[in-house]
Amino acid sequence: MTETAAVPAENHDSHEDHAHPHVVPVRTYILVFLALMFGTAITVGASYVDFGHSYLNNIVALAIAFSKAALVVLFFMHVKYSSKLTQLAVGSGFAFLVILFFFVFADYLTRGWLGTPGS
Amino acid sequence: MQTEVVTTKSEGAVPGNGLDRENYINAKHGIWSWLLTTDHKRIAILYLITITLMFFLGGAFAAGVRLELMTPKGDLVDSDAYNKLFTMHGIVMVFFFLIPSIPAVLGNFLIPIMIGAKDLAFPKINLLSWYIYMAGAAFFMVATLFGGVETGWTFYTPYSTAFSHTNVILAAVGIFISGFSSILTGLNFIVTIHKMRAPGLTWFRMPLFVWAHYATSLIQILGTPVVAVTILMVAVERLLKLGLFDPALGGDPILFQHLFWFYSHPAVYIMILPGMGVMSELITAFTRKRVFGYEFIAISSLAIAVVGFLVWGHHMFVSGQSTYAGMVFSALSFLVAIPSAVKVFNWSATLYKGSVSWESPMMYAIGFIGLFTIGGLTGLFLAAMGLDIHMHDTYFVVAHFHYIMVGGAIFAYLGGIHFWWPKITGRMYPEYWARVAAVLVFAGFNLTFFPQFVVGYLGMPRRYHAYPDEFQVLNVMSTAGASLLGIAYLIPMLYLTWSLFAGKKAPANPWGAKGLEWTIQSPPTTFNFDHQPVVTEEAYAYAESHDTSHDPAAPPAQAHA
Repeated sequence: MTETAAVPAENHDSHEDHAHPHVVPVRTYILVFLALMFGTAITVGASYVDFGHSYLNNIVALAIAFSKAALVVLFFMHVKYSSKLTQLAVGSGFAFLVILFFFVFADYLTRGWLGTPGS
Repeated sequence: MQTEVVTTKSEGAVPGNGLDRENYINAKHGIWSWLLTTDHKRIAILYLITITLMFFLGGAFAAGVRLELMTPKGDLVDSDAYNKLFTMHGIVMVFFFLIPSIPAVLGNFLIPIMIGAKDLAFPKINLLSWYIYMAGAAFFMVATLFGGVETGWTFYTPYSTAFSHTNVILAAVGIFISGFSSILTGLNFIVTIHKMRAPGLTWFRMPLFVWAHYATSLIQILGTPVVAVTILMVAVERLLKLGLFDPALGGDPILFQHLFWFYSHPAVYIMILPGMGVMSELITAFTRKRVFGYEFIAISSLAIAVVGFLVWGHHMFVSGQSTYAGMVFSALSFLVAIPSAVKVFNWSATLYKGSVSWESPMMYAIGFIGLFTIGGLTGLFLAAMGLDIHMHDTYFVVAHFHYIMVGGAIFAYLGGIHFWWPKITGRMYPEYWARVAAVLVFAGFNLTFFPQFVVGYLGMPRRYHAYPDEFQVLNVMSTAGASLLGIAYLIPMLYLTWSLFAGKKAPANPWGAKGLEWTIQSPPTTFNFDHQPVVTEEAYAYAESHDTSHDPAAPPAQAHA
């Protein structure tokens, strides 16, 4: 990669990211806000519904929460309009969260597979 | 402005010495010029002073541990005091010395210079990180003064949340706060390395020191928040009785270990990766040779950073973790040995047919290769699930990670401090005493920790202040080694301090080494470069130029004031 090779270092700091900020229409913000409010409402509503197993309720609640978080990150935090590098940085944070959850559940979900010796 | 800076300046009594000219040290005066500085070099000095104090504090706790273990009976301190000694030793050394050591001192000082920039991307955030570190250290010192903490540096639940009556929350808050210092340093490095490289300095021309710090910064940013959250959860459970880890409240203590080691295993790589970066600089400088397999060393740093996040469960084989998860963690732990071995083999291959010379930094570097290899291979013993049942929580583990953290990280730190001391201070240290100290550190270290492999394998558990009589010989050897090591650490402290006042003035490039930091005066000016440097060659291009600057007998090396 030679992305910075042609640019003098002293002028090449973070200013360039802010030189042309993406202007988001107010309408978008209002729509996202309404979507978040709607998400809150159905989270409360879903908590009164029995989906059969308790883990299904958890999955529904987490799916709604994740969707809301995605809206905040993409629109309110401007990640949708940011450079590929910023998107990569945000994405890698989530990738490591997936690693944390994946291996913790690799323990939790398989713990009962072997019986306890002596019992 | 496009001036290529590849030659040593030669005005003044000592070529390239900046002590009599304006430099970053004499540019401003007064205590506030230091406490409010945004110069990455001055901040590095602030860190150097504070972590040195922490190192000797942690060393004092270790001295208490080793003195107690001289005799089989628990006679010097009672078990509670002993628990506090090893806990405080661990917390100080891990969180307040090793994690900031190479990145915050050498990384801070060198990364902007190595990439041809005048400072880090966020100089004020850099200063903020030092204040945050100091705030965290202050909380921890208050916890110490109020009687300390005795949970072990790992704060395992349910002991830390339900049973311990010591200052767990104060100490935890100190660690929580200092974690943000680490995050900010990592953030600063990543942005700086991405955005501020000099013209011509492509990714694969960067010094491997910079690559290693890039990988370290990734871990600091991605891992540290998790341990911060975990520590917060411990405090919340202690204060509010929220059932997160305590089974009586519906929690799971093994969840704590998952969350804790998700950070704290990669934290081992925060400690060792910058050391590996230092190693690549030392080995090439003192073999006067291009590094063997540059790309492999660079990428192996990233591989260690990523794969290092997938192995944490090897701390938990006997905790009640699922055996199946354990198998996966065991296999992945074996995998992380591959990039580590890539580095060791490549450094060794760099030595082959090199013009090896034995200045003191190189002595630490050679020591590192051997000790890190022992530390790494014994890690594979512990990553094997069956063998770990025998050796878990014994002195074998203690010896293993001290071979990594002392034999690896501290050897690299000392080697790096010696190597760049002329650049940082503009003064040479006495080489004779430096070699004496390096030999004593090596001897003292091995005498301290090699017997611990044996006594651990024989079955002596860690974290006990009394032990069966038959283990005494090995423990006395270990204590004798620790005494030697303690003295050996004091020697550099003395002669480096002495050199500040009476050391010979250092030229710009006393070692005939390659790299942008050796093209500017020692010590550098506030903005490092008079002209924007342009990089036209790969790192470690020793073969390209056979000019006199590589000859130890040439003027730059011998022209002392």
